[in-house]
Amino acid sequence: MDELMLDGNAVAGMLTEVFAVEMTTAIVTCGNCGTSGAVGAMHVFRGAGIVMRCPNCDNVIAKIVEDGTRMWMNFTGMQTLEITR
Amino acid sequence: MEGTTVLGRLTWQPADVTGVVAETPRAKTIAFGVPGWAGHRAGQHLDVRLTADDGYQAERSYSIASAPDGTRVELTVVRIADGEVSPYLTDDLQPGDQIELRGPVGGYFVWEPPLGGPLLLVAGGSGVAPLMAMIRLRAAAGSDVDTRLLLSSRGWDDIIYRDELERLNGNGLTVVHTLTMSQPPGWAGYARRVDAAMLAEVGPGPAERPRVYICGPTPFVEAAAQALVGLGHQPEAIKTERFGPTGS
Amino acid sequence: MPPIISRGFRGRREDAPPGRVPPGQYVTRDFPVLSAGPTPHTPLERWDFTISGEVDEPRRWTWEEFRALPAEEITADIHCVTKWSKLDTVWQGVRVDTLLEGIETSAGYTVAFSDGGYTTNVPLEDLTEGKAWVAFSYGGEPLQPVHGGPARMLVPHLYFWKSAKWVRGLRLTAADEPGFWETNGYHNYGDPWREQRYWGD
Repeated sequence: MDELMLDGNAVAGMLTEVFAVEMTTAIVTCGNCGTSGAVGAMHVFRGAGIVMRCPNCDNVIAKIVEDGTRMWMNFTGMQTLEITR
Repeated sequence: MEGTTVLGRLTWQPADVTGVVAETPRAKTIAFGVPGWAGHRAGQHLDVRLTADDGYQAERSYSIASAPDGTRVELTVVRIADGEVSPYLTDDLQPGDQIELRGPVGGYFVWEPPLGGPLLLVAGGSGVAPLMAMIRLRAAAGSDVDTRLLLSSRGWDDIIYRDELERLNGNGLTVVHTLTMSQPPGWAGYARRVDAAMLAEVGPGPAERPRVYICGPTPFVEAAAQALVGLGHQPEAIKTERFGPTGS
Repeated sequence: MPPIISRGFRGRREDAPPGRVPPGQYVTRDFPVLSAGPTPHTPLERWDFTISGEVDEPRRWTWEEFRALPAEEITADIHCVTKWSKLDTVWQGVRVDTLLEGIETSAGYTVAFSDGGYTTNVPLEDLTEGKAWVAFSYGGEPLQPVHGGPARMLVPHLYFWKSAKWVRGLRLTAADEPGFWETNGYHNYGDPWREQRYWGD
């Protein structure tokens, strides 16, 4: 267990600003193990950028880098993201 | 409907400091007036951004401690000795100052009366802030849903909102303290870190299917969540908000 | 809308001699811990370091074999792309030159790979001639797991994401293979003195 680890709540502001819908209740299905869970329950690490990992298998669900104007997001580890409008 | 929120464009906006109040020797509650604030839900947080005059920036997230109340928003900040942001917020901010904030955010870690209970709220230190918003909303709504708050603090003087919690105790709300580092003379309450035995005693048990909210430093949240799952609570019924390493 | 200045906010920054710090960086006395994932805890009995890929013959060192190699003390400034710099950090490590001794290769690039799946690409010439090490000690102590121990890359002339924590080897490649962050917005090369933080910089 890593005391540095956060959860999806820590990136809620950034994601909600970009996607313009509530994001912590959005449901992620992991492309590696198939487990589904709320973004708020995903494990989040702060490295050079943000890394979101599946709490079940540690697979990288998302990577996010921003420079103040541009934002690069990778969701290839996610099978699906379900949002409610 | 849970999860559905009509949002205006969420972005950084100015907030005016309207008051600073000491809660404990290390914690202060800062009240803001936020022009255009559309309200918030209990448990949500906001991001604070500070910019120095040379452009240097720092951002932190803080849970909203107040129940929804027009354009008024309160945060409770614990001063970390070598911190970058908390000493500024607790030592330097004065009424009339402005900071930037973005929020409210979060629909996962929220409670409102229609969701019902029973509620088990487990807080480590400053993790009590979002749970206090829930407790304050519950009181304002006149709800008597079975709510148990297990609050872990270092010592008697470190208990945030201690007096208000004592006043609110009753009418379905039970407040249980554990003091992990020092206890006042004659203390008969818990004097150790939260563990499975303590959680089982504070209850409610899994058969009552409580909604559980755990907030605090990451090691605290991990330990409490694992203990509750071990006691038979469903993982889906447990919502967590991690603040990172102890003391950050 | 430009950000609002917070009266009197400075953060925790140290002063530094002019010209010592790359553009846009701030000096800290702390050693911030940034991580892309959970801290691995590979037991030393299972640890090895390998050099593979475009080589005549792959090489492998166990922990004992690695620690028996000639090592040196390195004092370096390190620069993280998240804007903090730490001056005069002291390490002990094995030069990458030492690990490459006797290896024949036509590769121009490398990929450093780590426990936990992290990768980062560095041109081979940026790891040679005394520019890079595999470090096992920081500040006179064995390198702690949170800072990349038991061993990490140390490539101080590039932004510190290029100094892979928990490194387990180098793969020498004919073509450049952008790594974990280089495929997601961070600059492919990462020279702090030219402020090459992001794509297009």
